[in-house]
Amino acid sequence: MAHADLISSATLTDPQPFSIAGREFRSRLMVGTGKYASNSQMIEAIEASGAEVVTVAVRRVDLDRSKDEAILHHLDPEHYFLLANTAGCFNAADAIRYARLARAAGFNEWVKLEVIGDQQTLLPDTIGLLEATKTLVAEGFKVLAYTNEDLITALRLEDAGAVAVMPLASPIGSGLGMLNPYAIRTIKQRLSVPVIVDAGVGTASDACIVMEQGVDGILMNTGIAAAQEPVRMAAAMKAAVEAGRNAYLAGRMPRREVAVPSSPTTGMLGS
Amino acid sequence: MTLSSTLVPDAVSSEMALTVNGAERRIPAGWTLADLLASLKLDARTVVIERNGTILRDRPSFAKLKLAAGDSLEIVHFVGGG
Repeated sequence: MAHADLISSATLTDPQPFSIAGREFRSRLMVGTGKYASNSQMIEAIEASGAEVVTVAVRRVDLDRSKDEAILHHLDPEHYFLLANTAGCFNAADAIRYARLARAAGFNEWVKLEVIGDQQTLLPDTIGLLEATKTLVAEGFKVLAYTNEDLITALRLEDAGAVAVMPLASPIGSGLGMLNPYAIRTIKQRLSVPVIVDAGVGTASDACIVMEQGVDGILMNTGIAAAQEPVRMAAAMKAAVEAGRNAYLAGRMPRREVAVPSSPTTGMLGS
Repeated sequence: MTLSSTLVPDAVSSEMALTVNGAERRIPAGWTLADLLASLKLDARTVVIERNGTILRDRPSFAKLKLAAGDSLEIVHFVGGG
C-alpha cells in the first residue's frame, strides 16, 4: 500500500538536475532582489522561494547615504549565487561596461545580460544583445541572455556562446503570464543550453504552466515582490515550479474532446 | 582626515576638482584613492571603482593611487534588481 506522505516531491528524483555551464543549482527557481518593501522582507521571501541564484543590479553608490541600498549587507554571498544583471542598459556598450563592473566585484564571471530596446515595453534589443554576448563570451563571461521568445534569436545566442538563454514569458514586470507557450516549447526543443524563462510570471499558476512546457527554470522578481504578501507568494512559487516540473516529467494525459468515464461501465445494476 | 577640515581658506589653492558619480567634488591635492574612500566612509571591498573608464581591480594599490585633477570616478555596488 502506498503511503502518500512517503511519496513527496522530495523523494521523486529529477532525472536531469538543474545545471548551467556545468554548475549544479539546488532550485530551478531563480529570483530577483528588487522592489521589496524592506530588506528583511526580501530575505524572508528569498528563503521561502528556496532559490539559490539571486539577481542583483549594478548602480552608483549613493554617496550622501540617503538610502541603504547596498544589498550585500543583507545577502550572504556564501549562501546564494549572485547573478549580476545589466538591467537598465539600452545598448551593447553599456551592458558590456556594467558586466565588467559586476565581475570586478569578485564573486563570479556570470552575467544576466539585458540589452533593452524600448523604454515602454522593455523588450530586448536582440541585435545589441547578440553583439554584447559575443564580446562578453570572448572575455570569459558566462552569459545568460535575456531575450524575447524568438527561436532564431535564441539559436544565435546559443551559437554565440551563451550558457543559458532566457526568453520572456511576457514583458518585464507585466505579470501577464506566458503569452506564447508554443514559442517557448520550440525554443526548449531546439536549444542544447538551458532555457530559463525570465519575466512576466504573475502568480503561481503562471509559473506552473511555464515549467510544464519543459523549460529548465524560471527567473522572477516582480511576481513575488509585488504580491500583497511576498513571502507567502514566494512559497507558492516554489511549490508551483516543483509541481510544474513534476507534471512535465510525468507527462500529461492526452486531451480529448469527449468524456471518458473513470469508473467501470460494466457491472451496473440491472433494471 | 575629513573633507570639511581641509576646506580652510588658505588650503583652497591646494585643492583639486574631480568628478565622482557624476558630481564635482573638491578634494585636497595629493589625495590617494584610499583617502577619498575613507572620507566617503566606503570599504573598498564592497565597491567597484572605474577611473576614467578603466576598472581598478587591484584594491591594495588604492593606498598608493594618487588622484588627479579632472579625474572621473564611478563608484558602484550591487543593489536590488531582477
